[in-house]
Amino acid sequence: MTSLISARSLTKTYGDFVAVDQINFEVRKGESFGLLGPNGAGKSTIMRMIGATLQRSSGELAVLGKDPEKFGPQIRAHLGVVPQQDNLDSELTVRENLYIYGRYFGLSKKFLTPKIQELLEFAQLEEKRDVKVEALSGGMKRRLTIARALVSEPEILMLDEPTTGLDPQARHILWDRLFRLKEMGVTLLLTTHFMDEAEQLCQRLIVMDKGKIMAEDSPAELIRKYVTKEVLELRFGSDKNSLYVDELRQKCDRIEQLPDRILLYTNDGETLLTEIVGSGLHPITSLVRRSSLEDVFLRLTGRSLIE
Amino acid sequence: MTLEVAQREVSRFGALYIVEARFKNMFKWRSAIITAAILNPVLYLLSVGVGIGSLVDAKQGVGGVDGVQYLTFLAPALLASAAIQGAIDEVTFPTLQGFKWAKNFFAMNSTPITGNQIALGVYIAALCRTFLTVVVYWFILLIAGALPTGTAWLAMFVAMLAGGAFGSIMLFITSKVEKEDFFLTAIGRLIIMPLFLFSGTFYPLSSMPLILQPIGWISPLWHATELGRYLTYGHSISGLMIGVHFIFLTSLLALGLKLAFRNFTKRLSK
Repeated sequence: MTSLISARSLTKTYGDFVAVDQINFEVRKGESFGLLGPNGAGKSTIMRMIGATLQRSSGELAVLGKDPEKFGPQIRAHLGVVPQQDNLDSELTVRENLYIYGRYFGLSKKFLTPKIQELLEFAQLEEKRDVKVEALSGGMKRRLTIARALVSEPEILMLDEPTTGLDPQARHILWDRLFRLKEMGVTLLLTTHFMDEAEQLCQRLIVMDKGKIMAEDSPAELIRKYVTKEVLELRFGSDKNSLYVDELRQKCDRIEQLPDRILLYTNDGETLLTEIVGSGLHPITSLVRRSSLEDVFLRLTGRSLIE
Repeated sequence: MTLEVAQREVSRFGALYIVEARFKNMFKWRSAIITAAILNPVLYLLSVGVGIGSLVDAKQGVGGVDGVQYLTFLAPALLASAAIQGAIDEVTFPTLQGFKWAKNFFAMNSTPITGNQIALGVYIAALCRTFLTVVVYWFILLIAGALPTGTAWLAMFVAMLAGGAFGSIMLFITSKVEKEDFFLTAIGRLIIMPLFLFSGTFYPLSSMPLILQPIGWISPLWHATELGRYLTYGHSISGLMIGVHFIFLTSLLALGLKLAFRNFTKRLSK
């Protein structure tokens, strides 16, 4: 498979601050690739370097086989960019926004007219076509921004935190649209700090923290590699949690103490819970769940994704 | 991938696509733009030109200011200052919008469009709007009888040159603005208003105290007004000074554009 993006020792520094620290990764044609990490991990910086709007400090970067520093406009001609903050033209209508953005790529009116219709359907914005953007809801603006990024039939669709700030229903609609694109074979590159988003949308991802890559694999493989199948969450009350940690540590593979609860990593949560209750401990609440990328991140960095 | 997308060239005409987008935006404001273009000259001519003019002419006798009626003397200055004001409005708002309020310059820059093309596009669109203002103004001056000579139509281009010079500098300055709260008021009160008042607009620059005259020398408005008076009523001016005025305005225009190009590109890739 050809790789559309390839980074070698890619680094970005601002003075003494290292935003992106010697990272390596490849994104292949047709895959959906994610950058997962907390705010400030360097995800957006990487996106802007790939999007040829920010110069790297050192290392190598090839996007569609070209160096973004030398071929910015040529590369951008084949990227669809969905930025973290919507930057639509709020005084123009939905349709006009799609049209002028298509014009920026040099596309003709003849090409754009049917294309815009198709994108309005895809983004479920047909009824809003002649409405000014400032009157749209947050979720609609995001869908329009995604539709706008697709107007030039890009080789790579880049989404920076696509669902941040949206309510759960709007997120699910958006996920559904992105999932369709994935099925259509569009190469997706997205950043997120939501582990459920990464699990739903990414075939492969890198887990980032403080400008470095902590791990790289598919969501399922990351969970298999770094954590157990299940997690038992126990609450004894905030001041009592620490009293039981040492005793519980003996009974499971790994234990994490969070401010409000204790996480016990095990392959069989129910059995462990029965055993703990049998030994005379009585947690106020208990919950058995499957391990997630959140647990992977906790394991790799000792911190939560959303702080 | 469709044929068109596969074959398209990277935008050589990027700036024109930005102009197109700006026109779409201005079109939303068409009634305000047209009303302002007509009302502004009419009000100025009535209040200053006719009102003050009748006082001046009564006191000095006809031909008292620079050998012509006051309105004729004033007309080229008003035309050039309308061009300057129009150019300023049309570069500052889109630039603040593009970098700060809506951040749509960043959207443009995520396509093949470059920072230079965005700056140039905003600038060209601003000058097109300014040209509309100038043409309307010129015809109103013509109807008012303030343009006696056959070369008066050339004053429109001189006014455009003043608008272009001021506009390009403002394009650059606005692209530097991080906090806009104070900016627009400051520009209006501390730069535009003094230049308007001290550029030989209402009376010859030479009748001002020498210490204030340099304000006129650095003001595009004064240079354009001098050229304009030469064209509209044959104000006497040496060939050398015609060259100086022309070179001053074109140099300022070129300098402003060059600085704006550089800063647009820099700010977009920060």
